[in-house]
Amino acid sequence: MSTPLIEVRDLVKHFPIRKGIVIQHQVGAVQAVDGVSFDINEGETLGLVGESGCGKSTTARLITRLLEPTSGEIIYNGVDIANANRRSLLPLRREMQMIFQDPYSSLNPRKTVGSIIGEPFEIHGIERDKEKRRRLVQELMEQVGLNPEHYNRLPHEFSGGQRQRIGVARAIALKPKLIVADEPVSALDVSIQAQILNLLRDLQRELGLTIVFIAHDLSVVRHMCDRIAVMYLGKIVELADADQLYDHPRHPYSGALLSAVPVPDPRLAREKQRQVLTGDVPSPTNPPNACRFHTRCPKFVAGHCDVEEPLLEAKQGGNVAACHYPLTDEEIASRVPTAAA
Amino acid sequence: MSLLEVDDLRVHFHTDDGIVKAVDGVSYRVERGQALGIVGESGSGKSVSSLTVMGLTRFFKSARISGSIRFDGKELLTASDEEMRRIRGNEIAMIFQDPLSSLHPFYRIGKQLVEAIQSHRDVSRAQALDRAVEMLGLVGIPEPRKRVDAYPHEFSGGMRQRVMIAMALANDPKLLIADEPTTALDVTVQAQILDLIQRLQSELDTAIVMITHDLGVVAEVTDEIAVMYAGEIVEHASKDTIFASPEHPYTWGLLRSIPRLDLPRGEELVPISGRPPSLINTPGGCYFHPRCPYVREAHRVTHPGLDPVPDDAEHTVRCLLASDTRRRLWRELQEGKDPEQARTAVGIDAEEVAP
Amino acid sequence: MATYIVRRLLWMIVLLLVISFLTFLIFQKLPSADPVSLRAGRNATPELRASIKHTFGLDKPFFEQYRIYLAKLVPFDFHKGFKPPDFGYSYQNNVSVKSQILDRLPATAGLSLGGVVVWLLIGIPVGIISAIRRGKLSDRLAMGGALVAISAPVYWLGLVMLYLFSNDIGRIKIFEGAGSYPNTGSLFSDPFSVAPSLFLPWIVLATAFAAIYARFLRGNLLEVMAEDYIRTARAKGLRERTVIFRHGVRSAITPIVTILGLDLGILLGGAILTETVFNIPGIGRLAFDSIQKSDLPTVQGTVIMGAFFIIALNLIVDVLYAFLDPRVRY
Repeated sequence: MSTPLIEVRDLVKHFPIRKGIVIQHQVGAVQAVDGVSFDINEGETLGLVGESGCGKSTTARLITRLLEPTSGEIIYNGVDIANANRRSLLPLRREMQMIFQDPYSSLNPRKTVGSIIGEPFEIHGIERDKEKRRRLVQELMEQVGLNPEHYNRLPHEFSGGQRQRIGVARAIALKPKLIVADEPVSALDVSIQAQILNLLRDLQRELGLTIVFIAHDLSVVRHMCDRIAVMYLGKIVELADADQLYDHPRHPYSGALLSAVPVPDPRLAREKQRQVLTGDVPSPTNPPNACRFHTRCPKFVAGHCDVEEPLLEAKQGGNVAACHYPLTDEEIASRVPTAAA
Repeated sequence: MSLLEVDDLRVHFHTDDGIVKAVDGVSYRVERGQALGIVGESGSGKSVSSLTVMGLTRFFKSARISGSIRFDGKELLTASDEEMRRIRGNEIAMIFQDPLSSLHPFYRIGKQLVEAIQSHRDVSRAQALDRAVEMLGLVGIPEPRKRVDAYPHEFSGGMRQRVMIAMALANDPKLLIADEPTTALDVTVQAQILDLIQRLQSELDTAIVMITHDLGVVAEVTDEIAVMYAGEIVEHASKDTIFASPEHPYTWGLLRSIPRLDLPRGEELVPISGRPPSLINTPGGCYFHPRCPYVREAHRVTHPGLDPVPDDAEHTVRCLLASDTRRRLWRELQEGKDPEQARTAVGIDAEEVAP
Repeated sequence: MATYIVRRLLWMIVLLLVISFLTFLIFQKLPSADPVSLRAGRNATPELRASIKHTFGLDKPFFEQYRIYLAKLVPFDFHKGFKPPDFGYSYQNNVSVKSQILDRLPATAGLSLGGVVVWLLIGIPVGIISAIRRGKLSDRLAMGGALVAISAPVYWLGLVMLYLFSNDIGRIKIFEGAGSYPNTGSLFSDPFSVAPSLFLPWIVLATAFAAIYARFLRGNLLEVMAEDYIRTARAKGLRERTVIFRHGVRSAITPIVTILGLDLGILLGGAILTETVFNIPGIGRLAFDSIQKSDLPTVQGTVIMGAFFIIALNLIVDVLYAFLDPRVRY
């Protein structure tokens, strides 16, 4: 039984929209994250999946306290860090690190690779001796597959995949417990993506990391994660083990997402009847009532789905989903071609 | 006569750092009403070759283009600028990856559509506007008569791409080139757009060239697939063949290195080792050899041609290994072996090939 | 949009108040300014000086003086409602500052607006052509010339132009010289007789600005032409001329509107150097003269006028931007 490393309870982040002549008052809010609760278990890889505007990146930044939540709790090691100040957060930053999406803009172009990777040591006052620090940094470079002799090179001298490795080296420098990876491979070429994904997997085994993995690519998420949370318009609509989610998605949105992924198999492509959602994702400033997905849901029942908000509850198969009319096995079989029979 | 015939197309950019051989000997055909997928990563030359078909590469002063592109019998590379202009947006149309930056932010979409129509048809503004509204309806934009006055930033990503498609198809082109049309879109929207493209293709009988790095996308939308690497086509076959029995190590690498929803979870991803090649200093011999797990000394020196496999003239491969060897390797890979194991199983010993 | 404008107008009032206070403070505390001496002349008896000081209210405490000044300046009185603003009277000749400024405004306006027209007529085409012919000889010559034009100080350029072209002392007598600006009438009331005297000043004023705008537009246009929507425009089969102008220049020119507003605002506050060299009786000359003579009320008047023009034009230009770029929403 693994213990939760982090417990997130009712996390909310609203970005206010202000209007006014002299004094600006709040007229509305972008409800980026609107009441999200989940555990992150030690040693697991948890996936956060969803389309643009679902709140997954905001959630990632809330967990690592790059943003301060509007309300809710983030309990790390028994302590609620949701409103902790910078000073008390500093020691925690050794234990929680982030890897970002764009390897071209997330590295300071004026700093050498060595100083980028060595900066965590500097900030936390570890290893002041320059020589020893350099050796530590070079070990890290080797660990992520970079040539340690390139210690003094600048970011622009590296390719996208290598730059992402630099970001990974920086993140693991202080041997953190938790890594939050926000779309770490989306900006990379396909043949490089596999290299970075394998690297992350290997490092997780070596260092006993817990990883929160955010992505929009469902195939990548399935490959990397043990458990996955599907988000829509600021809420979690389904949370399940990877196998369960991909074989038996219960929430209609999860089903639609899986159905939409183009699969590199022409036979499957011909056979399947894809579930195509109509319309666009509603605006997070004005989300639909009750169940947020009801405006696009193929199983929408008027008078119920638009009146009473479904709670995240256990459904058939062990998935936890927020839906009054979850997908049945027959529906899954006909609409999600990749699901196990 | 095919609708589009590209023969030994070469596009070299003369830059201060050297000659960038973006496209280095590409040949293919597209028939009327057919869909060709061009698959490759960044630097493969897939976009540049299509931009050249459109005549858009002419605007780069440093470009040197050679070879032949024949569209409906007409040679495009020697056509005048004005002749090319009349073909662009009219008989051949193109849509691009990012619909937000691809539409002018200051003009209403109605105006941009009308502009596209009036450049090639002698019609009044009202007639052009009618056609614009008709096209918007065709691509699934609700209330097109009203939406025609909207600005691009007032649409969502999926809707903008539909507007781009409407604009491209407004003059009934014979050929539509789509360069990564869904890469910037959410997956559910991507599904909508792919559906739309397929539907329009069959309704309007337009030929399509679909450029992408996503093997899933080509599996749905295309009839034939050409895989490009370092400015060349390395494999070209029907869609089913490419997925069932590919014969180029790069294609194998692509298929094996992506996580797939249709394969069991936990299958190890087998990355392609190394990095994409420089287009200025291309590797000697076979361009893929520095990254190929089955490389032999000879591959460093001899540049393979694109040759058909023994029993299928439509399936061409650019590789120095024998077809028989390749088929055995693929079988081993399909059984789950990694490249080293497959190589041993087939009986090729590893050769140290100096870089 | 309406709330935006109202908010900006309120800020304008705040800013003008702050500026009036700061100028008041600076000139009060400047040691070299002594308005009493200005009026009293030399050999003034202490009694005379004290009496003048009292007349001007200069013996009152600082904040009291400022309060009085502000009460006269603000065009609103709690008892009488709206009233015309009173900028005070010149220490030098007791003429109302407001009337002096208004008298000289047409000259400055004529110079500035004419200058704007000339520099836009030169700068914009040069910028566009340079961008289109990037790297070619015409581009290099144009940008090199622009650099020279920007580097040349206005007063030097003005004097050289007078030396070469003015019809009284110049070598090639084609333009009106300095001092030819008529004492009565302005460009707006009497365009045909006033305009010739402004040709040389316009050219001098426009030179540096045209160069700046040409360089700026060239840079903008080059950036815009690399955008994706230009590629789409070509892919649609539009004529290259349409692509460059309707798609390219249209985008590249919107930032020019912003800097144009700023530049015009500054010029309306007084193009001091040009007005001095060419002896044009504008606000700039007025400011220059009154600073030299420590004529505090006049100096303050010109400063506040200048600030008003800059802030007002900034607001106009920002609002205009929303019409030019539909993505901008206030």
